[in-house]
Amino acid sequence: MKKLFFLTIIAAGLQFNASAQSDKFVDAMKSALKQYGEAKDNGEALIAVEAKFERIADAEKTQWLPYYYAALIKATMSMQGIGGDRDKVADEANDLITKAEVIEKNNSEILVIKSMIQTAKMIVDPQARYMKNGAEAARLLEEAKKADATNPRPYMLQANNLKNTPEQFGGGCKSAKPIAEKAVELYAAFKPKSEIAPNWGKESCEGIIASCK
Amino acid sequence: MCHQNETDMKKFILPWIFLIIAAAAMAQAKISGTVKDNRNRPIPGASITLKGTYDGTVADSTGKFSFKTTEKGEYMLEVKSINYKSIEQKITIANDAVVVNFSLKEEVNELNAVTVTAGSFEAGDKKRAAAVLTSLDIVTTGGANADISAVMKTLPGAQQIGEQEGLFVRGGTGYETKQFIDGTLVNNPYGTSIPDIASRGRFSPFLFKGTVFSTGGYSALYGQALSSALMLESIDLPDQSQASASVSTVFVGAGYQELAKNKKSSWGVNYGYTNLIAYFNIVKQKPDYFTMPEFHNGDANFRIKTKKGGMIKYYTTFSYGRIGLRRPNIDSADLKNAFGYTNVNWYNNVSWRETLSHGWKFNLGLSYSTNKDDIKQEIQNQNNQYTYTGKAYIDSNNFVLNSRQDLSQIKVVLEKKLKGISAVRFGSEYWYGYNKNKYNIYSSLLIDHFVSVFGETDLYITNGLAAKIGGRFEYSSILAKANIAPRLSLAYKVGKDAQMSLAYGDFYQKPENTQLISTTNFGYTKATHYIANYQKTNKFYTFRIEAFYKKYNDLVKTFPVFNNDGTGYAKGIELYWRDKKSIKNLDYWISYSYLDTKRDYLNYPGQMQPNFAATHTASLVTKRFVTEWKTGFNFTYSYATGRPYYLLQQNGNKYEIKDQGKTTDYNSLGFSLNYLPNLGKAKAKTFIVLVASVTNVFNQKQVYGYNYNYSGSIKQAITPPAPQFFFIGCFLSWGVDRSQDAINNNL
Repeated sequence: MKKLFFLTIIAAGLQFNASAQSDKFVDAMKSALKQYGEAKDNGEALIAVEAKFERIADAEKTQWLPYYYAALIKATMSMQGIGGDRDKVADEANDLITKAEVIEKNNSEILVIKSMIQTAKMIVDPQARYMKNGAEAARLLEEAKKADATNPRPYMLQANNLKNTPEQFGGGCKSAKPIAEKAVELYAAFKPKSEIAPNWGKESCEGIIASCK
Repeated sequence: MCHQNETDMKKFILPWIFLIIAAAAMAQAKISGTVKDNRNRPIPGASITLKGTYDGTVADSTGKFSFKTTEKGEYMLEVKSINYKSIEQKITIANDAVVVNFSLKEEVNELNAVTVTAGSFEAGDKKRAAAVLTSLDIVTTGGANADISAVMKTLPGAQQIGEQEGLFVRGGTGYETKQFIDGTLVNNPYGTSIPDIASRGRFSPFLFKGTVFSTGGYSALYGQALSSALMLESIDLPDQSQASASVSTVFVGAGYQELAKNKKSSWGVNYGYTNLIAYFNIVKQKPDYFTMPEFHNGDANFRIKTKKGGMIKYYTTFSYGRIGLRRPNIDSADLKNAFGYTNVNWYNNVSWRETLSHGWKFNLGLSYSTNKDDIKQEIQNQNNQYTYTGKAYIDSNNFVLNSRQDLSQIKVVLEKKLKGISAVRFGSEYWYGYNKNKYNIYSSLLIDHFVSVFGETDLYITNGLAAKIGGRFEYSSILAKANIAPRLSLAYKVGKDAQMSLAYGDFYQKPENTQLISTTNFGYTKATHYIANYQKTNKFYTFRIEAFYKKYNDLVKTFPVFNNDGTGYAKGIELYWRDKKSIKNLDYWISYSYLDTKRDYLNYPGQMQPNFAATHTASLVTKRFVTEWKTGFNFTYSYATGRPYYLLQQNGNKYEIKDQGKTTDYNSLGFSLNYLPNLGKAKAKTFIVLVASVTNVFNQKQVYGYNYNYSGSIKQAITPPAPQFFFIGCFLSWGVDRSQDAINNNL
């Protein structure tokens, strides 16, 4: 009975810890996601929440989502010139998404981030880099579409890229809008896999359509 | 079995555990401190992590941080920030607040560290800070007609020389600038020389991803160039498979390159045929071409990425060309000089670079080239027939020269990474030069076994201070002499994006083959460079100012005897400004060079300003791409003050200046336009570039110097064969994997 008592304590403890760990992780992620939502374009807030995702990622080590969000923020930071040299920030984003990829292979969402990183690198020096990084960004979006045909984000980013491309080069609203509309359809049907799974971009997509009216 | 018990147990334990956690939660410990660099400046945004937990924060704008944790016990507190070395510190968390002050050291990395820039212009994506010219920059420079050397002439340090090929840098002759592809010397970078007309370079700018134009003080890895080194780094794998074709007023061409599916290897072939008959019939030339310039060029390459991430590259180019032209003889109005050549050139280059273990890298370069010229000049009468006048000063212009120059090379460079990004590299090279000449009935053979051993080290003391220390030993069998050349340069960061550099070095070069034919009883010619430079550069602009002093010793004298008694100096100040931002959609650069140089060499009677040196030289290069029209407009204006010219005549045992003067100032406006009609058309299968260009738009008179007749009574201006050169061309390419479409979508 004594032995059983201790075993039970350990078992209960383990069980409790396991579920606490998971709850703790989800709670931390939810809190970080909330913070991310509030950060908007504020550089300092983005740096803080990115660091938070990295801390969660490094503590967990087996969860791809915190690395994914950290890389997403780093990629947007590079695009906006926040946090230092844009190339270096993009390289750091790449290190983070590589860690996510080791945990979770051939994931459409991860491929989307990889494409964003290529775009971030391209816009540092478009003239010299569009041949390489621009092509790679487009290729990765196609791969992301293949990996999950229901994911709206590759379409949203494609529409966004097209919108930022001059009309003379085949960009502009005319080519961006149909793709944004396709993305909107996919967003309508899209169900995130969990509370903390990727579920962003709908507003930007609607923004593209609205500005293309 | 004990189910009931377990449940009871849980009921009992759970509140108890919650109680502990609640207590712990109340007992949060505060961890705070500052993050500063070693000069006590705050590092905002530094990330602080209690390792293994979610807890942590980032430093605020004053470097302060503070967070709370419920953890207890021993933990590592880690702090990291971009451009700094991360550090960890062990802390013990009890109930009391923990205060930790961090001092981070800057990480020495290639992005932040100063680069030694004295004397050199670097291009390419690799080191953006020093990036000046890309291959796209080269082909879109107005008036340069995609000739690498022509574009280098718009940079400070180079002269506007139009009467012969080569880069004349800082008071040096064209022979004093050497070109290197992937580290090995190119023996015949230009087409065969024609008197008073410059030949084009042999290599297309698209072969290269990086170009370093060093106008002095360059690395110990390079030698046998007194003044300047143009270092070209060939591209690795192409971005895609592609077929191409081109048609223009002077040439047609076609090519194919294939990138393997696994993107680990590629091969390619190109062929081009140039003939100026149609062009010369429309645009009149001063010389009378009896053999229309005609060239066949073929090249082939393969590139393989090795398992360890190294690269093996092979490039070969073969060309056959001929030309024949008549010009009036300066000594007699009834006579003409008929000059012609046939040239065969074959160039091969293999390079292999590999990363080995333990921070070692190696580079192997192999190269073989052979160049054969059959040159003939004869004096002809008005009926274009060979004429013998009996006057030696005229008849001596009749000659037949058969010449063959072969060069085989091997060069090995080993590099070992030291602490941080410091490195030491060393290696050796061996050249076998074979030069066979037959001038009329006189034959000569020059064979040279040339060996060099070199070493240098890049020392990054901090991100703000770097030194490059090197030395080079050379031995040439034809001179039977050795030399040792020290090289030293320093770079010091003086502010954001700004740095100062100093460079010093000794440079040795063998006399030219035409001189060695007369006697091999020569030593090396020598130049000593001293350079100081200030540079401020970021993504959008580059400003640099450079001062130099160059001392020449042991230059070749050809009179009264062949020896190394020549001397000289060059000093000057150069400015460069490139701006891609201030004026919307306009990219431009301005360069200015001031040069004060004198030398006593060849048959000069004493030190004087050589006829290839202008005191002031300036260029303005502008590029503008108008997206609405899919068209780029490129202008280049070059200016140089007049260059001296001399009539030197022998009087007894010395040469005297019988006449001298200065040419008129040199002015030239070059223009080119490129139109990309299918740019951005996702459905287009063909990518088209239409190019139109013209040199010397305003038809300004350009005089490069003067030729004198034998008696010195007549002087004739040396001018280009036609005042202007017009070009219209169409370049087509078909991207086989259609990634071009993807590119257009993402531009």
